[in-house]
Amino acid sequence: MKAAAFDYVKAKNLVEAIALLSEHGEDARLIAGGQTLLATLNLRLSEPSILIDITAVSELKGISVQGNMLRIGALVTHTEIEGSDLIAQHAPLLTEAAPHIAHRAIRNLGTWGGSLAYGDPAAEWPACSLALDAIMVIQGPGGIRKVSANDFFIDLYTTTLQADEILVASEIPLASSNQSHSFQELARRHGDYAAVGLAAVIRKEKGKVQTCRLAFFSVAAIPTMATKAQAFLEGKSIDAALIQQAVKLAREEIETLADITNSQETKTHLLGVLLERALTKMMP
Amino acid sequence: MKHKKQITMMLNGKQISADIEPRRHLVDFLREDLGLKGPHLGCEQGACGACTVRVNGQIVRGCLYLAVQADGATIETVEGLTEQGVLSDLQEAFLRHNALQCGFCTSGMLLAAAELIEHQPKSNREQIRQWISGNYCRCTGYHSIVNAIMEVLEARADGRKVKPVTAA
Repeated sequence: MKAAAFDYVKAKNLVEAIALLSEHGEDARLIAGGQTLLATLNLRLSEPSILIDITAVSELKGISVQGNMLRIGALVTHTEIEGSDLIAQHAPLLTEAAPHIAHRAIRNLGTWGGSLAYGDPAAEWPACSLALDAIMVIQGPGGIRKVSANDFFIDLYTTTLQADEILVASEIPLASSNQSHSFQELARRHGDYAAVGLAAVIRKEKGKVQTCRLAFFSVAAIPTMATKAQAFLEGKSIDAALIQQAVKLAREEIETLADITNSQETKTHLLGVLLERALTKMMP
Repeated sequence: MKHKKQITMMLNGKQISADIEPRRHLVDFLREDLGLKGPHLGCEQGACGACTVRVNGQIVRGCLYLAVQADGATIETVEGLTEQGVLSDLQEAFLRHNALQCGFCTSGMLLAAAELIEHQPKSNREQIRQWISGNYCRCTGYHSIVNAIMEVLEARADGRKVKPVTAA
């Protein structure tokens, strides 16, 4: 199908982009990579009256280390993340997760910020941002505000972003030397939507789990942390028996939602399988 | 009626300008306005990969990219890359291995394979399958396509060209 007609404007900088967004309100859509938006336009699932192209906005670009935080600009593509040495060094979870996102031609255009702002429950970056305790940097007409990933995702395809706000970047604490991670995803075919996925980050102190963040995706309306399993693991050394108990807790506490191909029961079973794989990998 | 926008791009080495509706995606612009029939439209929603073209040196889904976004960009299609000889090894190998039947997926498959050869020259069969997972083929079952790409990777690693297929 062909998209309905719309107008198009390319913003030169962030202030102009926010002004355009304020002016056009709900009728406008931002376009960055466009890898979800264009499909919905072609299918006429969305019919905005104007697209505001933000790809020339330099404030949204680049990966950098600022103090003890890694900053990823909203326009950074999945391919850039996949190939970045800074990411591999300071947030290796993302390096491992990137190849699971769709396919190369889509990763070349799709962006970090677009994926987070869209809030697809089956997407990789929202769960990774949660596991890495990221902070979202948001700018609107009133200035900049920062929101923790914990509070950013509200409901299905819904985030705390207001209609006149733009996600500028994310700030992620640099990976420490006692930190390990695991990224697990089950899909019917490489690059397809995840049946279930898990982004896990653990920090250890003298062989015992100090902090633990287990963010599941494609299980519910938003990426979901297994907080009871996390609390159970903290302060303990991981062994096979402990893993089984954590798996049981995670299966009990996460209220899964069925999708078009996978039932609630399947998702509950599979999230436990992935947690067992992740914890086994991070055991030593 | 929405206003048309003027765009200028480098297409297969030549500068072109046009006035287009913002809603026109790149492949409709290439096929309908310019008559370049190499990029195909299968699903028009980003699933099949038949529309693959290069934008600024990287493969993209031409149906998920607006022509108006290509203002100032460098665009290459299977026509231009064939003329440059960039794809000649792959094209010979596809012929040799019967890596196409109807040929609908082939232009996209060749462009995807070319980027794999550039970025992951040491790929094994499994990695080739992962890379081309974004391009549907409904004829071959993929095995012959993987064979063809593998032959090019092996030939390049040995510093060889793929031998042309010539009529007996």
